[in-house]
Amino acid sequence: MYRYDEFDAAFVADRLNQFSDQVQRRLSGELTEEQFRIHRLMNGVYLQLHAYMLRIAIPYGTLSPRQLRKLAHIARRYDKGFGHFTTRQNIQFNWPALKDIPAILGELASVEMHAIQTSGNCIRNVTADHFAGAAADEIEDPRPYAEILRQWSSIHPEFTYLPRKFKLALSGSPHDRAAIQVHDIGYQLVKNDKGDTGFAVFVGGGLGRTPMVGHKIRDFLAPQDLLAYTQAIVRVYNLEGRRDNKYKARIKILVHEKGFEAMREAVEAEFAADKNELLALPQSEIDRISAYFAPPDLEERPAQSQALTARRASDPAFGAFADTNVAKHRQPGYGLLTISLKPIGGIPGDATAEQMELVAELAETFGHDEIRVSHEQNLVLPHVALDDLPAIYDALAAQGLATANAGLISDIISCPGMDYCSLATARSIPVAQRISERFADGPRAKEIGAMKIKISGCINACGHHHVGHIGILGLERKGVETYQLTLGGSADEGCKLGDITGPGFSYEDVVDAIETVVDTYVGLRTSADEDFLRAYRRVGMAPFKKALYERDSGSDI
Amino acid sequence: MTLYKNGSFVHDSWITIHEGEEISPAGHVIAPLSWWQAERQAFAESHVPIGIRVEPGATIDDFIADLPRFALIALVIPKFQDGRAYSTARLLRERHGFKGELRAIGEVLIDQIQPMLRCGFDAFEISDPVTQAALEAGRIPGVTHFYQPGVNEAPQAGARPWLRQV
Repeated sequence: MYRYDEFDAAFVADRLNQFSDQVQRRLSGELTEEQFRIHRLMNGVYLQLHAYMLRIAIPYGTLSPRQLRKLAHIARRYDKGFGHFTTRQNIQFNWPALKDIPAILGELASVEMHAIQTSGNCIRNVTADHFAGAAADEIEDPRPYAEILRQWSSIHPEFTYLPRKFKLALSGSPHDRAAIQVHDIGYQLVKNDKGDTGFAVFVGGGLGRTPMVGHKIRDFLAPQDLLAYTQAIVRVYNLEGRRDNKYKARIKILVHEKGFEAMREAVEAEFAADKNELLALPQSEIDRISAYFAPPDLEERPAQSQALTARRASDPAFGAFADTNVAKHRQPGYGLLTISLKPIGGIPGDATAEQMELVAELAETFGHDEIRVSHEQNLVLPHVALDDLPAIYDALAAQGLATANAGLISDIISCPGMDYCSLATARSIPVAQRISERFADGPRAKEIGAMKIKISGCINACGHHHVGHIGILGLERKGVETYQLTLGGSADEGCKLGDITGPGFSYEDVVDAIETVVDTYVGLRTSADEDFLRAYRRVGMAPFKKALYERDSGSDI
Repeated sequence: MTLYKNGSFVHDSWITIHEGEEISPAGHVIAPLSWWQAERQAFAESHVPIGIRVEPGATIDDFIADLPRFALIALVIPKFQDGRAYSTARLLRERHGFKGELRAIGEVLIDQIQPMLRCGFDAFEISDPVTQAALEAGRIPGVTHFYQPGVNEAPQAGARPWLRQV
């Protein structure tokens, strides 16, 4: 994985000094709160409902055991012993004291981490496929490009005061696990007719109050033009994006109001005008950064693991875990192991210091020193020998980390909701917990099959409900929480926004409503192979609407 | 109001005029872009130094054809969080080779001085007392390592190759 050179280390130290100075100037009154706010946000410090919150970047979701141990240490020393992994490959600590934040940033710098641009109207943490560098279907590892974008976008003098936040995501596989079409810019590695690798580029996707699926602005972009083309898009946005209303300020609104074709022309004109200037990315630099991401030397193993087969025969719980949480690795005899942070009835994305330390240890012992954080709020060991799975499973189970639900109905994405967030209009974590308890991770969950439930506690949509197979949006109506359901959304390569079922459901009834949707699906699918999304796309909303709203019609009129 | 330019406070030899005011025949005035657009013919034969003031909504295309005619361009920063002028400044310097004075006016605060310098501004109208005091003390907060090319900056040792200057 990437290691800082002297320049990177000096840069992060610089930034820490700059921020410490800003904190001092705020404390002395030289900076007003309004003037300081923008600086603290650009260093990841939010003011939440109960306390300050610190959001730390995990660029493209890649962590070393040493880094994860440091996060465990921070959780224990400066917080309440746990951290929360987010939908953008960050980790949040919800209870640090403001006075400790410079010290925490210093601790992070010692392991090549930072909180730079995890908030603010700038280019945010660059995210990528959490299976990068290991997935069987991958064209090329997108992380070297993500690292180059991370460096280029760090404290960019021209792009630090954009109209609104700006998010980049990359996928190296045709199957998009990084939700690139709901990002401001999404980059998909592709091969052209000549067999060269480049990027298909999407622009103007986003969720929030006005969800939009990105438009493909380029079928093929040569890798050396990555920075120049990105600069062209961001420059057009910086000059033309709306600044009169923060809810209309994302690039998706510019694309919508200007018209996609006009946007494409403006970007291409800006790119063409800039082409002979500074930003061409030399192949030598791509090669230099790529060398950091060289795959580990994986010893050859038989494709079928005897150890796995034997344990599976004697232990159905292990078998269920191996079925749901292990994805296909490109090397036979290995797997990509998802460690679910969605224990039944737990808080999605939370991990204790002890759990983080265990995962770090497993990565060292069995996982070639690599850990990934997924935007679905789970951890991943990307290079695990199938022979080692029984030992890993036993260790995980001892720390409550062996929940066999990756990709199943209880693998829920949820925003923090009213339990932490000052913007929230409804609870979301308790809804996730109740759904998780209702369906659990046993045979029923397995029978339901692949299902992505996503919950947001307000219209800002941090829980990505628009792209959930079932989306849940918590709102407040006359002082009472009400939950609106959407069906058929998806954030993968077939990206689509879900359709609203109709009137919302109360906090008490929403889990029953989800169960109605699930039972309706199970009743109408052609076979267990037809997952919820495909079944919904075949039959449409009508049967679900009928089941949800007509079942009790008349009974309480 | 003071003028900070090239590392020190200097006398401002330019006069700002507003809509409807008469322009001095000696030039050295900073006039609204709209004034220039209306009066440009009258100055076709004149060589007096002219400065224009550009509001953030304007695009470079509105005045780029007359660029050689301007000795000064003042870009308005209506709020310190408004980043449009940063792009305009880079375009003027890097793409169009503007060599005159590029002045930031409006809400110019100390933490934005470094990125503005790096985008090609060389003069700043200062009205914020804290910013004034910091500049007088020679304190411009910022970082010293850069991942991006800056206008008129030599590449740093160990910096990234895409920083190189032409």
